[in-house]
Amino acid sequence: MYLADSRSNKAAVVPDSGPGRRPAAVPGTVLALGAVSLITDISSEMVTAVLPLYVVAGLGLSPLGFGLLDGINNGVGALVRLAGGHLADRGGRRHKVVAGIGYGLSAVCKPLLLLAHTLPVISAVLAADRTGKGLRTAPRDAMISLATEPEHRGRAFGVHRAMDTTGALLGPLVAFAVLRATVDGYDAVFAVSGCVAVLGVLVLVLFVPRRIVAPADAVRRPEPALPEPARPELRDALGLLRRPELRRLTLCAALLGLTTVSDSFLYLLLQREGDLPAHLFPLLPLGTAAFFLLLAVPLGALADRVSRRRLFLAGHGVLLLGYGLVLSPWHGAPAVVAVLVLHGTFYAATDGVLAAATAGVVPAQHQGAGQALVGTGQALARFACSLAFGAAWSLWGGRTALAVTAAALAVSAVVASFVLRTTDEVPV
Amino acid sequence: MTRTTRLVVLLVAVVLLGAVGTGSVLYAAHRSGMRDQQQADGPTVRTGTVSLRPTDGRRLLVRNLAWGPKRDEIATVPADDPQGPRTVSGVKCLRFHAAAGTGICLQAVHGALEDTYRAVVLDSHLHELHRFPVPGIPTRARVSPSGHLVAWTVFVSGDSYSGTNFSTRTAIVDTRTWKIDDNLETFHVVKDGRPYRAADTNIWGVTFADDNRFYATLATGGQTYLVRGDVTARTLTTLHRNVECPSLSPDGTRIAYKKRVKGASPDAPWRLYVLNLRTMKETATAERRNIDDQALWADGSTLVYALPGDYGSDLWTVSADGSGTARRLMTSALAPAYLG
Repeated sequence: MYLADSRSNKAAVVPDSGPGRRPAAVPGTVLALGAVSLITDISSEMVTAVLPLYVVAGLGLSPLGFGLLDGINNGVGALVRLAGGHLADRGGRRHKVVAGIGYGLSAVCKPLLLLAHTLPVISAVLAADRTGKGLRTAPRDAMISLATEPEHRGRAFGVHRAMDTTGALLGPLVAFAVLRATVDGYDAVFAVSGCVAVLGVLVLVLFVPRRIVAPADAVRRPEPALPEPARPELRDALGLLRRPELRRLTLCAALLGLTTVSDSFLYLLLQREGDLPAHLFPLLPLGTAAFFLLLAVPLGALADRVSRRRLFLAGHGVLLLGYGLVLSPWHGAPAVVAVLVLHGTFYAATDGVLAAATAGVVPAQHQGAGQALVGTGQALARFACSLAFGAAWSLWGGRTALAVTAAALAVSAVVASFVLRTTDEVPV
Repeated sequence: MTRTTRLVVLLVAVVLLGAVGTGSVLYAAHRSGMRDQQQADGPTVRTGTVSLRPTDGRRLLVRNLAWGPKRDEIATVPADDPQGPRTVSGVKCLRFHAAAGTGICLQAVHGALEDTYRAVVLDSHLHELHRFPVPGIPTRARVSPSGHLVAWTVFVSGDSYSGTNFSTRTAIVDTRTWKIDDNLETFHVVKDGRPYRAADTNIWGVTFADDNRFYATLATGGQTYLVRGDVTARTLTTLHRNVECPSLSPDGTRIAYKKRVKGASPDAPWRLYVLNLRTMKETATAERRNIDDQALWADGSTLVYALPGDYGSDLWTVSADGSGTARRLMTSALAPAYLG
């Protein structure tokens, strides 16, 4: 069914990694996965960009309370992510198949939006879309880990995140170009988004090898000599937490996630504290994304040189500086830009870097489950933080809530630096 | 499969998907072109002068939705002949309201990269007096009875990574000083007699009593409230639960509003109610359908509101005291205002 199934392992070897030549830092598989993410993000951000307009202006609905299902979605999303990671590891690395199903499910959702005219149905389609996203995230990160030599993983994840963010920034531009050409042709936006999503799935099917082999493995070891690893069971996946390195990393990701204020709250505070004119509010996420995009590759490469855990912690230090700046008396446009630079730097120093750090402490046959475990721990912790932050805002006001969170983040960072002080990264 | 084969497969797919995408864009563009053609059975539309201080009797102003080149322009008809010929103004608005010679027009600005929106305050000849950028998609607009204050509400859709979370931003402008309060969420909230603050507050649907007092909807913790607002004191005080898009009667004694009713389907949860502010007694109107609009008082006893119609939306009318039946007032129209 998958067109690339017939490919042999040797096809996964990047030509540049032949003897006598410097191995490429970013393998072809990572670039292919980056391209898939870029294309898929164009598709999904097209929909995200026009959906509010479609609901309010196109369908004439009042969408307040539309996000009520977010809590349920977050919980289900976490479970789906764990399941995706585990399923991908089973049966001798089915990462590509599971990721393909995830991308496919999201692609199917785009044309379904053409038929959705009420908020409950639109919510259901969006939930299915997110399920696809949850399913594919861990296998995709596992494939990036497996395809890259351990010492270059930081940069590889950086390249992937930069391509991903590029897609997210391009999506709205494409969407509004279509909307402009068709004068409110929301159905055309959904149709084009569907076509783009199908293209993403196709690039995955055609250009990502079914069995990922690290370039180093392929060069240094003769392929048939590799013993087939035992089929991972669910028990093994959960047993991963018995590995002290992974346990520490998951604990720290969750701990720091518990003190990371969600983007929406941060932007809301930034706008209110900084007396930012309300019409500039939609530009704030673009600012963060732009600096994330610019810094993802250099900071990923830096992580490869100076230790990923250290950079992950340093990233949270940068976030702490950002909180401090929001709370400081320095207001106005330069202050807002400075906060966005720090916020984007935080993402660039932590998002792909955490995945690279995770890859270093999980054996190859459990990469999917390992990535899912750390990612889910972090996501659930951030969600818990959102709930707590909302409650704290009601009790003390936004400013005090942020000050308390900042203090908690500082404590978490100190604890995390103590827990992560060991420099060991388990060889794969 | 060889690299060449894969590239060929990709190329073929790009051509096919490109054809489907282009086809859908062309089809949608053709369809929107149809909307610029004069509608055969539609109302007569003619260009003329539209005044916010009409001298020829009472007039009804609306956003004209009838197909043709004048779609979306502010149009006027005699209040006693709403089905009659429409005089259009050349001013396009998404939302509109007017009183005492002042108009508020919420417009889309189609930029190269994305749509932005602005609120334009108009004088009695529909000339622009002042404009303000607004942060989201326009939904409600009101002018105070004296014409001195204007208010609007827009939808903001949060950040791009959690794009399904909607919130509102409501602003009030004093047209005498052009001072703007661009986010009523910064007002002090008094809920059930106690000071209250929360991150999840949303405010929408301002309706003015005079040049200081107004009513609006405040939502927090999954519940909506009717609030009484004070522009000078910057306060919002909760009065009653489950009230959305309030509209104050001309005598200031009643509020027409959307009430979320039990047992209704989740995609059509609202019915049109009237609240007596003195007795806090709720009266259901004879309109039994779901309504999603800020109703307008045509006079002391009649409500006008929009419902989905063949060309976007139609205006309907029903008695405010719960008697009678709902009746269509005007087809292909939205955002009504009575003047004169």
